[in-house]
Amino acid sequence: MRKKVIFKGTLLPWLLLLPQLLITGVFFFWPAGQAIYGSFLREDAFGLSREFVGLENFSDILADPTYLAAGWNTVVFSSAVAFSALGIALFLAVQADKAIRGTNFFKTMLIWPYAVAPAIAAVLWLFMFHPQIGLFGRMINGMGILWDYKLNGGQAMTLVVVAAAWKQVSYNFIFFMAGLQSIPRAVLEAAAIDGARPMRRFWTIIFPLLAPTSFFLLVVNIVYAFFDTFGTIHALTGGGPGQATTTLIYKVYVDGVQNLNFGSSAAQSVILMAIVILLTAVQFRFIERKVHY
Amino acid sequence: MSATMDLEADRLARATLRRNARNRWVAYISLSLGVLIFAFPIWITVVGSTHDVSTIGRGDVPLWFGGEAVANYVSAWLTGGEATRTTRSVPAWVMLWNSLNMAVLIAVGKIAISLLSAYAVVFFSFPGRMVAFWLIFITLMLPVEVRIIPTFEVMVNLGLINTMTGLVVPLIASATATLLFRQFFLTIPDEYVEAAKIDGAGPLRFFKDVVLPLSITNIAALFVILFIYGWNQYLWPLLIVTDRDLETVVVGMTKMIGNGDAQNEWNIIMATAVLAMLPPVAVVVFMQRWFVKGLTETEK
Repeated sequence: MRKKVIFKGTLLPWLLLLPQLLITGVFFFWPAGQAIYGSFLREDAFGLSREFVGLENFSDILADPTYLAAGWNTVVFSSAVAFSALGIALFLAVQADKAIRGTNFFKTMLIWPYAVAPAIAAVLWLFMFHPQIGLFGRMINGMGILWDYKLNGGQAMTLVVVAAAWKQVSYNFIFFMAGLQSIPRAVLEAAAIDGARPMRRFWTIIFPLLAPTSFFLLVVNIVYAFFDTFGTIHALTGGGPGQATTTLIYKVYVDGVQNLNFGSSAAQSVILMAIVILLTAVQFRFIERKVHY
Repeated sequence: MSATMDLEADRLARATLRRNARNRWVAYISLSLGVLIFAFPIWITVVGSTHDVSTIGRGDVPLWFGGEAVANYVSAWLTGGEATRTTRSVPAWVMLWNSLNMAVLIAVGKIAISLLSAYAVVFFSFPGRMVAFWLIFITLMLPVEVRIIPTFEVMVNLGLINTMTGLVVPLIASATATLLFRQFFLTIPDEYVEAAKIDGAGPLRFFKDVVLPLSITNIAALFVILFIYGWNQYLWPLLIVTDRDLETVVVGMTKMIGNGDAQNEWNIIMATAVLAMLPPVAVVVFMQRWFVKGLTETEK
């Protein structure tokens, strides 16, 4: 779609674009270029010189078991977060969409966790599951199960998944509510008159009609689990114990910021860039389809 | 004949009513359970912030309020609790002030530069228009996390470490906001531009008198989303700020936890957590309509 009537001039539009382009140039494209360039270089131990090593950084990290472990952690973490947050949100949205009293109250009460920062969400769960001071942490220990997310990798992973998913449910809930409201009532009523029970109505009408929303949300949730949960992991487990909750993003941070490993962190950045490009492409391809409905 | 049909219809109607009632109960129970799961962590935190440090340190987490609320919040607000071995404490009011500045500046900045660039892309025809559009679009694929070290180097070279400018400016480029405004501008009828041209209004005048007033709803909705986005920033302030006077509250409060020792001043930490949550949660609850609109329209 294009406007037919437009203003003339070349200088003015470029001036209007200047602030945005300046910022993206200096803080996005230049560093991204540096990351790509740096991924082919290696710095000596003293950080004095850098030499060209071709694809060695890439072959090194892809052969590095800690990197592969971080990749596997990312897969486990992201799918657990995405599926639990989507499932719970869909269930709650379907319940809140029923004609019952007080839906507005329920909606507000389910929406607000969106505003809680991922790092704060982590802290809230830490308060509850801390092995010494947490209500549930002590309760679990009291039942004779050894609970300490600072020592047990599986427990650490469970806790970061719960904290990350807890926060994301409200986001999904909002979109599922919007999706449910756009389903024509007449279709559901017709099905009800034909004798379709609620469960059947859900699986044959509501669920297929929500498929575009669900797919969109799946991509958004994966992006969230990949990138926005850095704060959750950093505040809760610091990637530990050992490497149990180190995801790819967390590893870039540790290798780049803490270990100052220049070449490896740049190569990791490039791999992550490829993942984001892939996810964005999937997302926008899908949205193109939605626009053309 | 008709009597049996009536009976049959009656049976069906009662079955449906029963099912509807059961259905409503399922809804009420599951929604209440959902609300409980969402509210409970906050409840524990708020309650914890009203007890003294030894009650929480012992692990006797109470479920009802204690009497130390005033003392804890005053201490958190004015001093930020005692310094730990590694970091000195920062009063919560300083951190909240920094967060507020950062969130508002990021939201206003993003909206301002996105309005301008969307306006240029939609209402002008000039060489390089599509290139400019794609350059902005591509930034979607370059979140901070994937260019962390080189961006940090740029910040060091520009002397922007430990400055509010450094905290805000690199974050105000926004492909999503630009796309949203572009989408909206395309719905402004061509006749408006024609009329403005006939009246002799130039592009800047048209922007100020027509486009801006028409965009108010979108701007408000976007502001709510971007305020929360800015307030909740984590990785960026963690990298850019080492000077504790510029600490934002989300990062600052996680630093108070350190390694999560049981000896922490948990009551002060919980009070700070409550203070850190309050502004964005209040924005969502009180501006819910704008918020939902902003969310469902930007994220597509």
